[in-house]
Amino acid sequence: MTKPWDMTSEHLLREVAPLVLGAVARRFRDFTPAEDAVQEAMLAAFTQWPQDGVPENPRGWLMQVACRRMTDQVRSETARRERETAVARETGAAAPAGDMESDSDPDDTLILLFMCCHPAITSPSAIALTLRAVGGLTTAEIAKAFLVPEATMAQRISRAKQSIKGSGVPFRLPSPQERAERLPAVLRVLYLIFNEGYISSIGAHLQRLDLAREPIRLTRCLRELLPGDGEVTGLLALMLLTDARRAARTGPDDELIPLDKQDRRLWDQAEISEGTELLAAALAKGSVGLYQLQAAVAAVHDEAARSEDTDWPQILALYELLKRVSPGPMVTLNHAVAIAMVKGPAKGMELLKALDCDGRLAGHYRLDAVRGHLCEMLGEREKAVTHYRAAAGGTTSIPERNYLMMQAARLEAPSKTEKLSGE
Amino acid sequence: MKYILMMNTMKAGQGVADWPAGDLQAHIAFMLNLNRVLQESGELVSAEGLSFPNQARLVRAGQDGVPIADGVFPESKEFLAGFWIVDVETPERAYAIAAQVSAAPGPGGTPMNMPIEVRPMMSAPPEM
Repeated sequence: MTKPWDMTSEHLLREVAPLVLGAVARRFRDFTPAEDAVQEAMLAAFTQWPQDGVPENPRGWLMQVACRRMTDQVRSETARRERETAVARETGAAAPAGDMESDSDPDDTLILLFMCCHPAITSPSAIALTLRAVGGLTTAEIAKAFLVPEATMAQRISRAKQSIKGSGVPFRLPSPQERAERLPAVLRVLYLIFNEGYISSIGAHLQRLDLAREPIRLTRCLRELLPGDGEVTGLLALMLLTDARRAARTGPDDELIPLDKQDRRLWDQAEISEGTELLAAALAKGSVGLYQLQAAVAAVHDEAARSEDTDWPQILALYELLKRVSPGPMVTLNHAVAIAMVKGPAKGMELLKALDCDGRLAGHYRLDAVRGHLCEMLGEREKAVTHYRAAAGGTTSIPERNYLMMQAARLEAPSKTEKLSGE
Repeated sequence: MKYILMMNTMKAGQGVADWPAGDLQAHIAFMLNLNRVLQESGELVSAEGLSFPNQARLVRAGQDGVPIADGVFPESKEFLAGFWIVDVETPERAYAIAAQVSAAPGPGGTPMNMPIEVRPMMSAPPEM
């Protein structure tokens, strides 16, 4: 018995992918080949299901295909080495799918996330492996999302798996202490995927939308597994509260529209209320972390019906907290903007001076962009133009460069652009 | 057949960065629209814009293979600003696209008619 392939089938397939992988990896006690076998089973499903229909027991189907691949592989290796391994005998050729099902454990998704985001793996590799092993995406899809050739992405994934093998992490849940140590790395990878998708989701890159949705789905999963963790909930809230503004973030010509110029009617209210509720729940637990605070800032912006209604004193207070919890030049930069909005641009400028001596941000285009903005607030047009231009020369994002050049051009010839800016 | 279309601009501090806002916006919209049209016609392989030349470094391997980077090369008058790779039926079609790029609006909306270098890309050997 099969069901016809429809919109929900792909979701279903991707949801069971980590569970299948978990079961196969545990059964064969080897993550690396298991991951390849499951990827092959996924590819088989993507080709066969749309034609033949979705099997009644999709998970069982995937497990059977993946296990067959594994057994084939184990057999050929065994023959090559002329010895029988315990694994080959244990698994046999035709392990029934029903048996396999009982192997699956919801914690497998958690184990896999911690493996794929292992600190031994570089970020680009961890991102790719997470999307494949936990997200159930194919190598081709991931390659397309990151605009790199498929062979390059396959190589990146294989290197990540070699690092996992080399690090000797066992396929089991990390101890509470390990979990606490490594959770930030997991959250960081999920947030990086989200940012990659969110920041680049414009114009020609519309196909990258999935890169923003997928980390939301994975973080949602993670929250179901770790409901008590304030930072996991905080990250999910941050993603939702940011993603809510997506439709308003770009104009008809794909141009970037800054927060204060966005049409707020386009913001996704369902995402905002879900994010706000999650955040309230996280904060009620009393712990305060990096993601919760950033989510709180996003929530304050989202709550304002008009840009001029923004509760800047509240945002300033949040950045002061952030500076204590997670100090860094980017936090200082945002802190300076909040100070400028509350206490005036001159105060903001003072704060920026400290960043000139900070090697991490001195000469960074973001510093110039903020200076341009504050100079504009101060009415120093010429200086603002210089800073906006310098920032335009420093960014590597074309939409952002266009935006910054437009800021400079708008200030340089105010009489000509009155109609454009509508001010 | 694949072709690369290379767009060169003048040195940093010249060109688009100094244009009035309206002209700049028209130029950007033109380029975005062109990419969209090429994508819809199925001819676009890739389109990449490059950073401003102030980000450019000239790198050579030193004696021990360590990279030695020079700053910006002041003697160059022109810099590669971006390129398109298109997959088209005929060279004429590649030239036609290049002419469209070339006619991107400049200050005052006048077509810039900038030179676009068009070159066929090498491909795999034919099947025997």
